[in-house]
Amino acid sequence: MINMAKNNIVAWTGNEAMAEAMRQINPDVVAAYPITPATEIVQIFAGYVADGLVDTEFVPVESEHSAMSACIGASAAGGRCMTGTSSQGLALMAEMLYIAAGLRLPIVLADVNRTLSSPINIHCDHSDTMMVKDAGWIQIFSENAQEGYDNMIQAVKIAETAKLPVVVTTDGFIISHGMERIEIIDDAEVKQFVGEYKPENYLLNLDKPITVGALDLPDYYFEHKRQEIEAIIKSKAVIEGVAKDFSAKFGRSYGLLEKYKLDGADCAIVAMGSTAGTAKMVVDELRDKGLKVGLLKPRVFRPFPKEEMADALKDLKAIAVMDRSDSMNAHEGPVCLEIKAALFDEGINKILINYIYGLGGRDIRPEEIEGVYNELFEAIKGKSKDKVNYLNVRE
Amino acid sequence: MANLKDLAKQKDLFTGGHRACAGCGAAIIARQVMMAAGPNTVVASATGCLEVISTIFPYTAWNVPFIHSAFENAGATISGVEALYKSWMRQGKYNKKINFIAFGGDGGTYDIGLQSLSGAVERGHNILYVCYNNEAYMNTGCQRSGATPRGADTTTAPVGKVKKGKEQYRKDLTAIMVAHHIPYAAQSIAGNWRDLTSKVEKALSIEGPKFINVFQPCRLGWSYEPELTCDIGRMAADTCAWPLYEVVNDAYRITYKPKEKKPIADWLKLQGRFRHLFKPENKPLLDDIQRIVDKSWEELLKREAASLPAQGSQSDLTSNPKS
Repeated sequence: MINMAKNNIVAWTGNEAMAEAMRQINPDVVAAYPITPATEIVQIFAGYVADGLVDTEFVPVESEHSAMSACIGASAAGGRCMTGTSSQGLALMAEMLYIAAGLRLPIVLADVNRTLSSPINIHCDHSDTMMVKDAGWIQIFSENAQEGYDNMIQAVKIAETAKLPVVVTTDGFIISHGMERIEIIDDAEVKQFVGEYKPENYLLNLDKPITVGALDLPDYYFEHKRQEIEAIIKSKAVIEGVAKDFSAKFGRSYGLLEKYKLDGADCAIVAMGSTAGTAKMVVDELRDKGLKVGLLKPRVFRPFPKEEMADALKDLKAIAVMDRSDSMNAHEGPVCLEIKAALFDEGINKILINYIYGLGGRDIRPEEIEGVYNELFEAIKGKSKDKVNYLNVRE
Repeated sequence: MANLKDLAKQKDLFTGGHRACAGCGAAIIARQVMMAAGPNTVVASATGCLEVISTIFPYTAWNVPFIHSAFENAGATISGVEALYKSWMRQGKYNKKINFIAFGGDGGTYDIGLQSLSGAVERGHNILYVCYNNEAYMNTGCQRSGATPRGADTTTAPVGKVKKGKEQYRKDLTAIMVAHHIPYAAQSIAGNWRDLTSKVEKALSIEGPKFINVFQPCRLGWSYEPELTCDIGRMAADTCAWPLYEVVNDAYRITYKPKEKKPIADWLKLQGRFRHLFKPENKPLLDDIQRIVDKSWEELLKREAASLPAQGSQSDLTSNPKS
């Protein structure tokens, strides 16, 4: 049981913060299965259920596949539903993630980023989230526990407005098990912010029986998928709208991406998740030395904010895209590929170097990030660089 | 219990106009289960024949709320629906009494959906799971499943020059469900409306997880003329190929005992999938199938006898009418 500090400032781990957000959201149903490093979230939440602090029906399912299946059943029935998982759990859910999105169910999932087997490894990278990047879920990455907490609260509103499921990620162990100073919002304010979920059509409405998950043959399938695609396109505005409301009420501002000291910068790193936090420190130090460096942190990877991304990067001379996963395409990491496509569309041709880093929880240290900035400066001076680099790996 | 006339007058909750084959046993089962369940019912279905025939967009055969999401998860899906119901009841947001029924074929129940079903009943959700068991993956064209009996000709365990159909015995899923110590488990058939509707009514009157394994002749996969579906169902009970019984709180009761147990060959010979068994060289296999049927029936009689002191006499389900 977590003791609330009176002044709403606490020292919590990322998992504790995510569980607290779930308690405050008070969903109708949570269905979940244990997996490192996400286990604690549902474990702490089960404690809230045991103490009667939430109205939630907790379904301790026998697999992640069933976790998402039960969430789909409960969400289609008309409820606000959440779950949490990592890595193999997200992979096992993959089939159901596509179905949740296709059925347009506003389920919220806390994914604590962990790499995928094989080899088996419980530590952080983004392979799990990237594996399901095309599942039709909105994907929001968090830099730290505060963002994870804030993102969870916003995710509920985003999901229910866009009629799309949302995954909020925190980096395994780095955020999930690291203790941080976090500002917590009052219960009543969270309740008011997320509001009451009022589904249009739902299974428990016996007066208007509906068939969910009908067989959609070539005469209709494409139209339904087109609507789903349109929902993802339009969700950008939804995410920005919810962020604006959140920022107006609670003072912490969010958007599709965060620009850190990009103004006047020659070189920038693009990094998602906790690495962005480390990179900010490096940017500060290098700026103090007079070097024109900045950082671009995509917060939302799905929908991909391509215009905003291109606009943010257009005045730079050299860009390093940090990918904490690899697409196994003999080409580039997933974030770099998307950024390159966004820049191409806008006719922007810059020095663009991809760094694959941190797989399986390999630490990313400030000196390595500084090294990346140095390489960007060298590239600007004309030194030839590999397009894709593997950072801090024995070869 | 309703009589046939009353049932026939009810508004169809599983309507006609669906795309099932002529003589489809699954459609008979769905219609009769829904007749017994009534309108305050939410249905979940695994991917399979029943889902495919009944929900081709923009049409639906379901006059009750219905959800299908995937193949292996009918147990988990109905768990989620029921969990939301419980949550809303506790919050005072809802006050209707509702039945929660999941349908799955034998592929979706015996094989790929077994984990999800086991989890759902172990957690004690107030649900009824109905397996329409046609003993193979019929939706994809009669591939062998864990429910396919020894000797049956299927497309993935075909009869060939050296193989004689499926080599393994089917698993006893009803026994697996009984081993979960759920309050109600039963076997029924398409072809005995009274047995099926009575069992559904009884199951739905009980709180907690319930399971009914309904034997479903499939005219395509089993290869017989469509008008024979119910006859072949009843013959399965008469030969004890598919005994009809129920297990209430671990106590067994056989709900239909044939006056004269017919030889299994009487049932096998009605179906093309067993045609090869009647070649002289396959006599040992045919004898083995009879041996297994006899052994299973004897075991069932023993289980019932062992249960008798616990339950007293019940005789409402002993007929196997032709209607």
